[in-house]
Amino acid sequence: MSRRPGFVLEVDKSTPPTLFWNGEGFTLETLPEGSRVIYAPEPMKALDDPYGAIRHALLHPLGDRDPLPALLHAGMKLTICFDDISLPLPPMESPDIRQMVIETVLDMAADAGVDDVMLIAALALHRRMTEDELRHALGDRVYDAFAPHGLLTQHDAEDPDNLIFLGQTDAGEDIEINKRAATSDLLVYVNINLVAMDGGHKSVATGLASYRSLRHHHNPQTMQHSRSFMDAPASELHSSNWRMGRFIAEAGVKIFQIETTLNTDTFPSSFAFLQKREWEWNVRDRATYAATSRSLQAAPPRLARQIFHSIESPHAMTSVQAGEVEAVHAVTTENVWKQQGVDVVGQTDILTLGLPYICPYNVNSIMNPILVACLGLGYFFNLYRGKPLVRQGGVLILRHPTRPEFHPGHHPSYIDFYEQVLTQTVDPVAIHKQFEESFATDPWYIHLYRTGHAYHGVHPFYMWYWCAHALEHLGRVIIVGGDPKAVRRLGFSPASSLNDALEIATDVVGPSPTLTHLHAPPIMMADVH
Amino acid sequence: MAASTTAGGHVERLAARARSIRFPLAAPSWPATVERPDPERKIGLDYDHEWSRRYPVRLARAVVMDNITRPVAQVLAPATVRGLEHLRHLEGPVIFAANHASHIDTPLLLTTLPVEFRHHTVVAAASDYFFDRKWKSVLWSFTLAAIPIERSKVNRRSADTAAELLEDGWNLVIFPEGGRSPDGWTQPFHPASAAYLGRRTGRPVVPVFLHGTRHVLPKTPDETGVPPGGSGTESRRGGRLRRSPISVLFGAPLTLDEGENTRRFSDRIEAGVATLAREVDGDWWQARRAVSAADPVEGAETAHRGPDAPAWRRSWALDRPPPTGRGTSWPE
Repeated sequence: MSRRPGFVLEVDKSTPPTLFWNGEGFTLETLPEGSRVIYAPEPMKALDDPYGAIRHALLHPLGDRDPLPALLHAGMKLTICFDDISLPLPPMESPDIRQMVIETVLDMAADAGVDDVMLIAALALHRRMTEDELRHALGDRVYDAFAPHGLLTQHDAEDPDNLIFLGQTDAGEDIEINKRAATSDLLVYVNINLVAMDGGHKSVATGLASYRSLRHHHNPQTMQHSRSFMDAPASELHSSNWRMGRFIAEAGVKIFQIETTLNTDTFPSSFAFLQKREWEWNVRDRATYAATSRSLQAAPPRLARQIFHSIESPHAMTSVQAGEVEAVHAVTTENVWKQQGVDVVGQTDILTLGLPYICPYNVNSIMNPILVACLGLGYFFNLYRGKPLVRQGGVLILRHPTRPEFHPGHHPSYIDFYEQVLTQTVDPVAIHKQFEESFATDPWYIHLYRTGHAYHGVHPFYMWYWCAHALEHLGRVIIVGGDPKAVRRLGFSPASSLNDALEIATDVVGPSPTLTHLHAPPIMMADVH
Repeated sequence: MAASTTAGGHVERLAARARSIRFPLAAPSWPATVERPDPERKIGLDYDHEWSRRYPVRLARAVVMDNITRPVAQVLAPATVRGLEHLRHLEGPVIFAANHASHIDTPLLLTTLPVEFRHHTVVAAASDYFFDRKWKSVLWSFTLAAIPIERSKVNRRSADTAAELLEDGWNLVIFPEGGRSPDGWTQPFHPASAAYLGRRTGRPVVPVFLHGTRHVLPKTPDETGVPPGGSGTESRRGGRLRRSPISVLFGAPLTLDEGENTRRFSDRIEAGVATLAREVDGDWWQARRAVSAADPVEGAETAHRGPDAPAWRRSWALDRPPPTGRGTSWPE
């Protein structure tokens, strides 16, 4: 049977209740008649021979680039950079795409007699990956060949000895990136494009940059003018990264970009019901739902979290392209939209979303309230092209437990941000002016970032800035089932049930609002006309 | 009597509880705006029911029929059975052609059949209702030895299947009306049903009249065409099991006369059922005289098709349901 495209369902009295993620669990909600539910397209077919496809891409590059073997020669300095733990979500079953691509690149490098090879995880200001995570992403063969010799490293945005200042763009943006990468004869970047926002010039200009560079686009003003992050031509975040990327290229950094796309086969068969349309649930789906939802409700949150974070996704590669950054990224973005795009006509008064247990910044960690806000308002709200799904002044209703829990090792500055900053103001612009610098330059946070597995001190600010466009656009944000105190701390309204939330929303959008639900998983992007 | 009433109450409560189960424990309903894909699963007419006639399955079905279905049926619908003498010297296989007023007709009819017929009989069941889901197909194939037939139109495949089973020695229960009566009165018999199979296979057709089964399991308001909402006075008894006595009358077997066509044979079968309908309140002779042998269809109309009158008068002319034995529920 051919793959079914995404579609918009109008809820009628025959429509069964709709699945909502609810953190480390899920629930079924009965939506009012006349509501719309947006269902994602079905997963695309995976490439039959991924290794063959990778090899083909490296030998037939796009844009102004020679085939990779022609760029490799003895005596050269080669650096291979790759996306970190934040992609893909959930982490994919072995072999990871990065492993497949990097093994192929290394085979070619070995054939060409390249001795000076270094691998760098492009962390930007994210936490460093653990050995297990690196082994999972790269495979034991790569890890054991490079890590023991200090040739597998993780980008350190606070290491002055390994950063290089390349100059300023016409817009006055400082460009400071990883020195080893910038001074190599060839920089190969291995990317995974989970959403349209990933990849392109953002890979190097953000992934290998320092705070000095990142602050030029990771700020409230840029975020408010990125409508949305998923639509590069309408995204100021991308404009800034593109300016920087072109500057880096002009400065002589030779980049061979390898981008890959995934299908949306996100959960293993034991959770197949998560991605199915409810009216198509068979006996097994219903039994699995009933058993898992009851068990998860009864389980302590910590156990439920461990269960979910142990899930590995059966994601499979749908395309791979290599060559010059912009030529490659144009094809990649097209392939992402082909998998994830859904046409939607018209905006809605109320948008409802069920938020999962995972976002790019809490893999093997805890989804704290700031990440809940970022996932809902930063990521899901921005899954559009054209116009936001919800109208200006509309209401966003999220479903998530939003417990005030933090991972002290991964998110130390988040705890202080929650206690010291959000208690003062939730306005991204005011937060940026008053608090950002002190967190960004705090020696203790820098120490934890460089030596432990902590996100950089400024990272919670960036998470809050991701919300800036939604906060400016929306009339109210309501979290159903969240810890009331935590929800209020974020500046949102708590509600104990969806019906309560709809009642609260009528204060903002009137008594007969239109409602749209984005049915995730899997991930999708709305092309709103 | 009190014990059986209590048992009936339990059954009703169990049925009510089963109806109250909602998605995800129950199967989901299908949104009206979403087109159903063509089923790739082998259900409906495509369902392979051959397994249900294998010896171990027949044995299991016989155990269930004799130890569960029959005792429950005897409590729920105590039956007065007449005309079994017609079957005593009859050599199978035969076709049982019955009127149809309730979903409970089939199990009640099967449980009243003599044992030599009971465990070697298949039931022609509507493919669009009893075989539209895999679980239903399995359930009805196992419990009733049902086979799917097309009821809305003549279907060679359905007819071939039924004829082959008759030729293999299986008895067949078939409802020549093609579905349950909408108002309690019998509908015209389809010639392409019992009469066609009788003619094609040469097997005798036994007319059967089931009386009172619609009180045991009436149609639901949806099934009777009552629109949702309404005035609030609609019956809420539809689709619920109630304890009520029934009568099952077997007529003399009929075979195709020389030169008789299928339509005429079908009329004769219908007249046989009509005669049995008359026998419920009288005796065979009175019934036989009332149904004109010269014009069996005319006689059948007056006997069991009901008067040509407005709906309320047709309902008025039907027999009244017996008291439930649980006291009046008025006022509700």
